[in-house]
Amino acid sequence: MHIVLLVLSTFFAATVEMVEALTIVLAVGVTRGWRPVVMGMTGAFVALGGLVALLGPAVDRIPLNSLRLVVGGLLLVFGLQWLRKAILRAGGLKALHDEDAIYKEELGRLQAAGGGQGRVDWYGVTVAFKGVFLEGLEVVFIVVTFGATQGHTGAAALAAVAALVVVAGIGVVVHRPLTRVPENTLKFVVGIMLTSFGLFWSAEGAGARWPGNDLFILAVIAMTAAVAGATVAVLRAGDTSRLQALG
Amino acid sequence: MGALRRFGLFLVEFIVGDDWTLAVVVVIALAVTWALSHTGFPGWVALVVMVMTALVASVGRARRAVARRRRAE
Repeated sequence: MHIVLLVLSTFFAATVEMVEALTIVLAVGVTRGWRPVVMGMTGAFVALGGLVALLGPAVDRIPLNSLRLVVGGLLLVFGLQWLRKAILRAGGLKALHDEDAIYKEELGRLQAAGGGQGRVDWYGVTVAFKGVFLEGLEVVFIVVTFGATQGHTGAAALAAVAALVVVAGIGVVVHRPLTRVPENTLKFVVGIMLTSFGLFWSAEGAGARWPGNDLFILAVIAMTAAVAGATVAVLRAGDTSRLQALG
Repeated sequence: MGALRRFGLFLVEFIVGDDWTLAVVVVIALAVTWALSHTGFPGWVALVVMVMTALVASVGRARRAVARRRRAE
């Protein structure tokens, strides 16, 4: 049960992050050429792979209960941040993530930057590197925490690589930002999953015993989803009445 | 030292994000869970209640901030 949810959560999280990275990479490729993109992406993947290789075995040496308490706690804080933003977006209090708008903004910035006349366009390389590395860092965090607490680093990493292959494949074919991926919905789902897993593991690390053991994760997910859904419903109702009052 | 400080700030921003109170509540809630679990009480109840309350409260604060900003405009 855990491994299926873990793989799905990592796949969705990685998909969302890769879609965001693809937008930046496409903007660099279109304005500055594809050479800086290849250099920046290669550097980012080497750095991210190095982080997984370094952190994965290191956290394996920590006793399981301490690991679940610390890593589960970090995942809980990280997941709450995702879920909070997703609730604010769904409730109309924060702008929805719009890849098309971000792409146009990025294009303008890259065109205005100038340069790129030398042998290597370091500005383009840096933007591509930063885009892939920073988006990928969230995926690495999820892979390492999921792997460490459940011992499935390989499965989580494979799910992330699968997301990368799917998004990059579609990106190569359509050659424009993937605006049709339901990014905001995926972020909402990932926020619920990260928060639920964080709650589950950190509680176990703190010595709590869940009723029904591992199966109770489904109840935790359902409960987190219910609280998040109810909060969004309240926000939407409030927003409507405020708009009506303004009107 | 400057680079180390920047890296530390980046890590905090990366994990803690916009609302640091959520991180503080998680730390307190885990301490309470640990204490309750060692007295035989189901500590997970306290963790779930405290974390979900903190999440809703955080969203509520954001909502009030947006309302204030909209009124000012």
